[in-house]
Amino acid sequence: MPAKKAAAKSAKSNVSAEELLGHYREMLLIRRFEEKAGQLYGMGLIGGFCHLYIGQEAVVVGLEAAADEGDKRITSYRDHGHMLACGMDPKGVMAELTGREGGYSKGKGGSMHMFSKEKHFYGGHGIVGAQVPLGAGLAFADKYKGNDRVTFTYFGDGAANQGQVYETYNMAELWDLPVVFVIENNQYAMGTSVQRSTKSPSMWKRGVAYGIPGEEVDGMDVLAVKTAGERAIKHCRSGKGPYILEVKTYRYRGHSMSDPAKYRTREEVQKVRDERDPIEHVRELLLTGKHATEDDLKAIDKEIKAVVNEAAEFAKESPEPALDELWTDIYATEVQQEA
Amino acid sequence: MATEILMPALSPTMEEGTLAKWLIKEGDTVSSGDIMAEIETDKATMEFEAVDEGIVGKLLVAEGTEGVKVNDVIAILVEDGEDVPTGTGESKAEPAPAPAAEPTPEPAAAAPATPAADTSPDWDADVELKQTTVREALRDAMAEEMRRDEAVFLMGEEVAEYQGAYKISQGLLDEFGAKRVIDTPITEHGFAGIGVGAAFGGLKPIVEFMTFNFAMQAIDQIINSAAKTLYMSGGQMGAQMVFRGPNGAAARVGAQHSQDYSAWYMQIPGLKVAIPYSAADAKGLLKSAIRDPNPVIFLENEILYGKSFEVPILDDFTIPFGKAKIERAGSDVTIVSFGIGLTYALEAAEKLAEDGINAEVINLRTLRPMDTETILASVRKTNRCVTVEEGWPQGSVGGYISSVIMQQAFDYLDAPVITCTGKDVPMPYAANLEKHALLTSDEVVKACKDVTYR
Ligand SMILES: Cc1ncc(C[n+]2csc(CCOP(=O)(O)OP(=O)(O)O)c2C)c(N)n1
Ligand SMILES: [Mg+2]
Repeated sequence: MPAKKAAAKSAKSNVSAEELLGHYREMLLIRRFEEKAGQLYGMGLIGGFCHLYIGQEAVVVGLEAAADEGDKRITSYRDHGHMLACGMDPKGVMAELTGREGGYSKGKGGSMHMFSKEKHFYGGHGIVGAQVPLGAGLAFADKYKGNDRVTFTYFGDGAANQGQVYETYNMAELWDLPVVFVIENNQYAMGTSVQRSTKSPSMWKRGVAYGIPGEEVDGMDVLAVKTAGERAIKHCRSGKGPYILEVKTYRYRGHSMSDPAKYRTREEVQKVRDERDPIEHVRELLLTGKHATEDDLKAIDKEIKAVVNEAAEFAKESPEPALDELWTDIYATEVQQEA
Repeated sequence: MATEILMPALSPTMEEGTLAKWLIKEGDTVSSGDIMAEIETDKATMEFEAVDEGIVGKLLVAEGTEGVKVNDVIAILVEDGEDVPTGTGESKAEPAPAPAAEPTPEPAAAAPATPAADTSPDWDADVELKQTTVREALRDAMAEEMRRDEAVFLMGEEVAEYQGAYKISQGLLDEFGAKRVIDTPITEHGFAGIGVGAAFGGLKPIVEFMTFNFAMQAIDQIINSAAKTLYMSGGQMGAQMVFRGPNGAAARVGAQHSQDYSAWYMQIPGLKVAIPYSAADAKGLLKSAIRDPNPVIFLENEILYGKSFEVPILDDFTIPFGKAKIERAGSDVTIVSFGIGLTYALEAAEKLAEDGINAEVINLRTLRPMDTETILASVRKTNRCVTVEEGWPQGSVGGYISSVIMQQAFDYLDAPVITCTGKDVPMPYAANLEKHALLTSDEVVKACKDVTYR
């Protein structure tokens, strides 16, 4: 990026071109990565369940922009975007998808179960809702240790109906745990729309019953997400306990790769793509604010494609795990280092 | 007519208690509903009300007496002008020595023809011993480990201010404060998950379940989150933690509160499962469990809580996982058991000895890892095996043990392995039915006679 553009302010709020370009780049990385994962799945290189994040990119990119070093995050099986956004290596993520030695879990976790202690990413959990108390537990550990870290605990609109979520709300508020509950409301849990799963559609308001403040956020606007994230973090870091963000978003692809998506119309999806796409939104801001030219953006596109291709190559080339890996990592033999 | 006032049973498992305080004195008139005494049970201090009317003729048990057996006469009520009948209740009224030790079965003194079995205790011969209840041993283990490591904390229902639903955590709140001894709401699924998350975050939680019956609400977090994450993360992170609480049948609490989960948890790779019998087991195993870098299921037993055993007085007494203890050496039949099953196994061994059958009794102490070597070595010697557990027969621990024996010591067997288990029914409430549903030492005796063809 030329330096003069980096210093310029965007048309909307006081956002620098540099920041906008950063968001653009990260969201694009997630989208291209997911498209590539979809391709590799089609080629039989990725097996099992594979849940793509396309359409929801602004959620994790906005919140990661608000987070500080040392903050933690935990989510469900729809986790590729979260991992890329917190700085995990696309090669290691993609190689885990293909079940290879070079994957973050040495190929033993797969798409739904990946972790990085280094990046404070605590999974990658396949049981709907189970990550919610786990996230509160991470926050519990930070509070116990007396640091000011915050944990982002992501879950879906479907997960939001699990009982353990409310058990966790109650204890998180009771003990003032520094946890941001992020409900990624993409309007569907597999084939069940929010309208068909609850009569109390404003999900963040359920926290009010436990004394937890929250708000609804436009999850297709990365800047709005970031601003809300900053509010939430400030609340948590100052010792006031948990905060809920209900982020309204949309997934473009099926629930997993094997979802025929008969529960919604093509038009519905197309309308969101046309009118609310989070990447297009930032692209517009960059172009209309004259922070970047079409050519600048094309260059970024090319760069990202190269990163993703490299990840895919690595994921194909990396060998399958050695057979004796079957028997490792079942029991720890020594005490784990503190996080 | 004089009325005898008997020491009441004030909890399902109470066998004896402390007469903490008399609230009446000799010569007082009492009527029904008056509070006569404060009695400490194995769980709590309770007020004891009068049912009958009369004048307090004699208090037979002094205030502060510990170990007063249920149904001992503690006082005599007389009618106006009546004398206290002589001899009433007096023979039973002597204060029991404190703490009242349950007679622990002696290790077989006469077991000459069994050179291989090592029945030596887990400590050196010159170590001083102290009579300790299982309850105290568990508390001491937690307290020692909490002193040793700031990352260890206890959470669960009623563990702090109430001092534990079964008084296991007595005194811990005072010593360690509310930061480390944490009362939770009644939300097993939620707090088990928070415990696992805290372990991911580098703490070493002890999660107490009021009983393991309630851990069924949390079993997803125990198995899917605690046990599997180390593997799924390629070794990056796991859960160093203990899930503990009473397991198995208590007494007269019916089907939903009386289940043995040994076989359930024993099945899960990634979990370790410890199940103590004696107070020494309880202390040594719990300290090891807290230090173990893996999630440990620690199955206690309500009926054993009040029993006393010798525990070595040592600064740091631990028992390694995966090492069974030969409680009694013998040459004719191997009895394998764990936890409260040892009560039946050892009782049966005593009875068998009277008939000249010499049983070797193995206390597994951990079910995962399981010390199958010790079982196999014993079976190769005795050529017969009976397993003893309170759980149900289908998918039992004994079933697994017998398959191991068949696969690894088939040629040594002179009889099929018999698995003695609880009956294949939900636990009934009625006293007589409950007794039938549970295992008895006579069943163990019969099984041992069957495999020895006597
Ligand atoms: C306890 C449990 N029940 C059911 C499933 C199967 N399942 C996987 S994802 C899913 C839908 C969840 O939807 P939501 O929470 O909205 O998340 P999203 O997939 O939209 O990200 C279901 C039912 C599961 N994994 N775990
Ligand atoms: Mg959803």
